[in-house]
Amino acid sequence: MASAQAHGVPTTPEGSITPATARAGIDLMVNGEAFRHTGDPQQPLLWYLRDTLRLTGTKYGGAHGENGADLVLVNDRLVPAITVPMAKLAHKHVTTVEGLASRDGSLHPLQQAFIDEDAIGCGYCTPGWLMAGVDLLRHKPNPGDTDIDQLTNTCRCGCQTRVRAAIKRAAASMAAHA
Amino acid sequence: MSHPTANGIQLSRRRFLQIIAGTAGALVVGVRMADAGEPPLPPQWLGDHFHELGAYVRIDQEGNVLVGARDPETGTGVATALPMIVADELDADWNRVSVVQLGLGVGAGDNGKPQWTYGRQRGGTGDSIPAAWGDLRQAGALARWLLTQAAARRLGVAADRLRCEAGTVIAPDGRRVTYGSLADDASKLDLPQQAPPVKTPDRYTLIGKPVGDVDAHAIVTGQAKYTIDHYEADELVAVLLHCPWPDGSLARIDTAPALAVKGVVKVMQLRPEPGQAPGQTVGAPAIAVLAENTWAALEGRAKLACDWNPGKATAADSTAFEQQANALLGGDAAPTTRVRDDGDVVKAGKRAARRLEATYYQPWLAHACPETMNCLAVIEQDHARLVVPTQAPQAAYAVVQRLTGLPPDKIEIRVPRVGGGYGRRLDHDYVAEAVLLAKAAGKPIRLLWTRDEDLTHDYYRSACVHKLGATLDRKRRIVGWTQRMASASALDGRGVPADHLWTSEVAANQLPAGLVPNCRSDWYALQSALPRGPYRAMPHLANAFAVESFLDEIAHASREDPLVTRMRLLGAPRNVPLGNGATLDVGRLRNVLQQVADRIGWKDWLRSVNGLGIACWHMDGAYVAHALEVSRQGEVLTIERAVCAVDVGRVVNPLGLQGQVAGATLDALSTAMNLAITCKDGKVQQRHWKDYPLANMAQLPNAVEVIVAGADRPPTGASFLAMPTAAPALANAIFRVSAVRVRRLPLMKEFLRLF
Repeated sequence: MASAQAHGVPTTPEGSITPATARAGIDLMVNGEAFRHTGDPQQPLLWYLRDTLRLTGTKYGGAHGENGADLVLVNDRLVPAITVPMAKLAHKHVTTVEGLASRDGSLHPLQQAFIDEDAIGCGYCTPGWLMAGVDLLRHKPNPGDTDIDQLTNTCRCGCQTRVRAAIKRAAASMAAHA
Repeated sequence: MSHPTANGIQLSRRRFLQIIAGTAGALVVGVRMADAGEPPLPPQWLGDHFHELGAYVRIDQEGNVLVGARDPETGTGVATALPMIVADELDADWNRVSVVQLGLGVGAGDNGKPQWTYGRQRGGTGDSIPAAWGDLRQAGALARWLLTQAAARRLGVAADRLRCEAGTVIAPDGRRVTYGSLADDASKLDLPQQAPPVKTPDRYTLIGKPVGDVDAHAIVTGQAKYTIDHYEADELVAVLLHCPWPDGSLARIDTAPALAVKGVVKVMQLRPEPGQAPGQTVGAPAIAVLAENTWAALEGRAKLACDWNPGKATAADSTAFEQQANALLGGDAAPTTRVRDDGDVVKAGKRAARRLEATYYQPWLAHACPETMNCLAVIEQDHARLVVPTQAPQAAYAVVQRLTGLPPDKIEIRVPRVGGGYGRRLDHDYVAEAVLLAKAAGKPIRLLWTRDEDLTHDYYRSACVHKLGATLDRKRRIVGWTQRMASASALDGRGVPADHLWTSEVAANQLPAGLVPNCRSDWYALQSALPRGPYRAMPHLANAFAVESFLDEIAHASREDPLVTRMRLLGAPRNVPLGNGATLDVGRLRNVLQQVADRIGWKDWLRSVNGLGIACWHMDGAYVAHALEVSRQGEVLTIERAVCAVDVGRVVNPLGLQGQVAGATLDALSTAMNLAITCKDGKVQQRHWKDYPLANMAQLPNAVEVIVAGADRPPTGASFLAMPTAAPALANAIFRVSAVRVRRLPLMKEFLRLF
């Protein structure tokens, strides 16, 4: 796990002179860590994650996020990060692909299932598929094919059949450990 | 798998490889090294404790093995398969192997010319595995030979009495020495006079075993770094607004609103350099907005106010293009190139019992790489350092070298994992842009193309029209075949002689060449201002759709089972010479065809409520067949099953191969169903994913059943082998279930028109 905090924007760096006034900003949680965004409130979350926090697992796919490469969870709701301005994120909890594994590094069952099914082409869109799959498993712990058909992500490498298998494998694994 | 985890160490290892790679192994692989006479650089000088055993292998005292992957990984699996080939010959323990993605290997050669450290370096072009089979096995064998020699000295046993197993050298009396303890000694030995022999197949331990993608863990945790994920201190982000027309020019611009955006630093112009081939320079005039961060750059770009002077390229129009093709093929104009002319098609036509003809239309296509074009360029007075998402690092180098004038050893190009290639990244217009901007701005440039730029400024696959004709004798044998194809060559303007422009559009040896006594293939050149370039499975993708659809039409006209028609056309298993040294192994093609037929349940072809469709093809010594099953409920068609059989010779990584075959099948189906680029007034009309909608989950089959009909032959490439036959098998299945013959792609649009 990369330490997002290392790249974050600390309000008061340890050992520094306390500023006269704390910089105003938008407080949000990303993968369980607190951050304050002090830049343009209209900046989409995607560029905050990537350029500021250097959480680059969330990928740029297009202006509207239609292909799903930039899907993240905001308060457990699946959204393309490029469509969410920072202004809407005050006190929200954001989960990115970097936040799926546990702190000790143990993988989410769906991450493990992607490895086990080798559900990877070029891998660029994979984080988006994982976020969509995790969201699906949350709502449908035992998803059928028609449930999986609802995923709107696309993949030019053609990983869809392996992603489908990985989601089913993860569902089975989660049921076995429930 | 173990992976270097500490970033600092990984960086130094990578650098280590770039500096001294190839001092030994390259001799064996037949590439002369500029510094071959010099002793290897001491590892401690590089701040690392790995010992060098040839160009691609490093081993430390603990027995950790680094294996370099030379070809760019665009999703084809080479970063896994190439190191498997090396590691197998090395008899390494795969659990101790970490793969290092090698950047461009270049040093200073004679007369300032580049000296390639790793021979060829190219990905996604179908030749990575065959090339690796030719030299990477030897690279692994060389490392094993060095370790064995070192062990022989230490144990006092003749080298030929030692054997290697999973990172250990074992003596006849059972004494064992680990590679880790031998690496230092081995790295200091003189190289053999002759290349050490490679293994016989019965001794393979890795080749032929299923191995997962070496980057899988990094990818699923979001840690894998693509070029787009690289940042540089003091960088400026550059985003572009290209002129719609390659030969247009800037008429008016007001940069003030863009410059007023907080964080925007500069607005600059880019122009194509005259006299440079497509893909070697800027593709179209462009305005670049340079800013401190991506968001500011995008905001600045949105506020650009500019007008363009159109050039001649405004004439480009996809509808007019098709009309020109029709006019050309409808008349009796002589072809641009007669690609093939076996027997006498005219005479055969006169004697025919039956004549058939059909015309097929296929659209312009974009590459639509998941990772848009981007590049990180740091250009200093005496050094250039770039991170490039390229399929061809040596071609990228040529662009950088030309634009910087730097000597080869001062140009450093890293190639991290690449978010898709499909041929787009064999061109380097975006590299030229990044270098020009970095030079002009005097700052590191992180260039990022937005999706609309990526879709509207591609080097497209040309639309094409195929007019196919067949003559049958009284026994329904195909005795004459004419193919007349019109398209705009992908090679126009790329320094290719006029009589070779057809080579990107049609294969001289493609089906049914060699199987029909009178067989003619004509190519008609069309002009277009829309730029073209290499495309995945070109030229087979378009030709297989036309040929394999037409074979089905022939079968239908003959009231014959399409599998029988194909088997009769193929004839008995034998080797058919196709000219130019190429051979069609009919037995292998029959085999893949029969395998998919058996698996899909072809014996029910006539009775089945669902439609079954089949197609087969061969290219570059590899064989492929698809069988698809399509159901129909009202106007809803569903792909129920997809079966694909391939014969690629020896399989290096069966798991990787399965993924490639399934992936190419789905990509081809997605393309055939949904995708078309259209052009009006010289402007490409697809700007977003919604305009160029790759198939979603629901459109695609739930599984692709992959059959590997391997053989004990040298391996061929496989990454796009399964592209050409998927669409005709689908169209043929659709005909069975709907009685609608698809002669135009994309399919979905065609169906909306028909129903």
